[in-house]
Amino acid sequence: MKLIILDTYAQASEWAAKYIRNRIVHFGPGPGRFFTLGLPTGLPREHPESYHSFMWNNFFKHIDISPENVHILDGNAPDLQAECDAFEDKIQAAGGIELFVGGIGPDGHIAFNEPGSSLVSRTRVKTLAMDTILANARFFDGDLSRVPTMALTVGVGTVMDAREVMILITGAHKAFALYKAIEEGVNHMWTVSAFQQHPNTVFVCDEDATLELKVKTVKYFKGLMLVHNKLVEPLYSMKEMGAEQSQAKKPYSD
Amino acid sequence: HCPSREDLWVREGKILNPEKLFFDEKGSADIQLDCKDSIIAPGFIDVQINGGFGVDFSLATDDFKSGIDLVSQKILSHGVTSFCPTLVTSPPSLYHQVLPQISIRNGGAHGAGILGAHLEGPFISKEKKGAHPEHCLRTFEEGAFQDLLATYGSLDHVRIVTLAPEMKRSSEVIQELTKRGICVSLGHSVANLSQAEEAVQHGATFITHLFNAMLPFHHRDPGIVGLLTSDKIPAGRRVFYGMISDGIHTNPAALRIAHRAHPKGLVLVTDAIAGLGLAPGRHTLGQQVVEIDGLNTYIAGTKTLSGSVATMDTCVRHFQEATGCSVEAALEAASLHPAQLLGIEHKKGTLNYDTDADFLMLNDALYVQATYIAGEQVWRQDAWGM
Repeated sequence: MKLIILDTYAQASEWAAKYIRNRIVHFGPGPGRFFTLGLPTGLPREHPESYHSFMWNNFFKHIDISPENVHILDGNAPDLQAECDAFEDKIQAAGGIELFVGGIGPDGHIAFNEPGSSLVSRTRVKTLAMDTILANARFFDGDLSRVPTMALTVGVGTVMDAREVMILITGAHKAFALYKAIEEGVNHMWTVSAFQQHPNTVFVCDEDATLELKVKTVKYFKGLMLVHNKLVEPLYSMKEMGAEQSQAKKPYSD
Repeated sequence: HCPSREDLWVREGKILNPEKLFFDEKGSADIQLDCKDSIIAPGFIDVQINGGFGVDFSLATDDFKSGIDLVSQKILSHGVTSFCPTLVTSPPSLYHQVLPQISIRNGGAHGAGILGAHLEGPFISKEKKGAHPEHCLRTFEEGAFQDLLATYGSLDHVRIVTLAPEMKRSSEVIQELTKRGICVSLGHSVANLSQAEEAVQHGATFITHLFNAMLPFHHRDPGIVGLLTSDKIPAGRRVFYGMISDGIHTNPAALRIAHRAHPKGLVLVTDAIAGLGLAPGRHTLGQQVVEIDGLNTYIAGTKTLSGSVATMDTCVRHFQEATGCSVEAALEAASLHPAQLLGIEHKKGTLNYDTDADFLMLNDALYVQATYIAGEQVWRQDAWGM
């Protein structure tokens, strides 16, 4: 894996954004050649904080994506399992996920794959753990009774099939989960640990999230930042004509 | 409201919710316009304008209709997308002749939309007639509402009536007008606070050009001005008040006092007269002759103010400067508040989804760059090039 440690939340976000940008530019998407960006699923449709509103306001309205290329799991579908199976098929049809970007829960889960989820699971209906319900309460004015207890989610196996996985972890409350995910073994109680067996994983975090890691681990990866920062430099195709040229760099591989 | 950096989506004359479009219809924009960092605000609504560009709404001419059309077209450049043509105190014959020629209609490339007439008088106080002709003043002591109806002829296209609430039987009249959906405004009056409060309890919701043509504020009887902070306003109702912020009708300090006392009720009006947009000199205002010198408009030979020649966007800028309020508060005073006064805020005065797409593009100094009605550009500044 690559562990990218930045000082603050803002810097971690910016690094991640530039990395994604570079990946997309380097991939060179076009008609019929999709850069499939995977993102974890969220809350039910009708809620104002719903995933659809969240994605629209924070992402889709700022870019020029065609609505037909947006696939969101529909929590209101009549047959939920069929919806999940169809979602898996759509991923295949688009050529598989090129880059999956996700976060990590305080209990170490990726998407809604709660502790105990199979590490080879696919897209399915999941019952949410109390930790997650508590974390989601902020979207429902702190009223626990209104927080949904089930969600549709991509499975651990689904994400493992992506060609690259980027996990964003910020804040001290995630520190223990990060420790469990990268310094302990692969364990279905901390589902993010599954990515130790993925060939291309990037963990982007801020200083606070490293609080439970060994000093040795943190020093090692901080020492690699010089190299890792080359991954976020603007690519030659994005620089002005006549400006100083630099070679296009393929993403650095482990 | 607070300003945010967003895209505005319009379809079929209404403001569209892009999120619904994106997810439900899987649609995207057919045409995209670069607004060059302008401020996009709802179109202004002028609820008190007596004429302009040589046209006097209180004068029955042969081509009255083309007069209204001319004004409605010219005020587009001031950012006004809807207005209430105002008639000052006039003889009944004038109302009978002119009112049927004012029709409520939507705006468009031809001009700003007409929301209905504002009848300022003749049921007003002699002591506070201002520029209104004394011989046309009337009372409705005898027949209350019937007198009013007989004077005006028809109330079909009337939106606002200004009257003096201290007049006998005004409560009945106010109630009857309110029942018919007509907004009752208090003005040109010597009413004290309790008379004004009683009028509000019977349905009055507006004050015509606050401070002008009413008793001045007195600390033991604030008069009509006291409505701004009265505790006798029925629950759930708000009293709005018009202000002519041209820098002449009201001292900026007085403007600030009113604004600070009741910011959500302030409605900017121009009270513009026929001389608006014309060279200084003499013009008519109904039965009177008015002398214009710069922004000052007086009854010829006197120091009695009569209307103004300020444009709506000038009023907005002056208001913002004098009170130091935020840009959105100044814009709301000319759009949201008049819409709320007339009970049409579900259609006009905002940029909410599914409301009429009447909006303006302004630069940072609040000068109108372009005016849109129902999503169509109906006016633009030549130099702007869009």
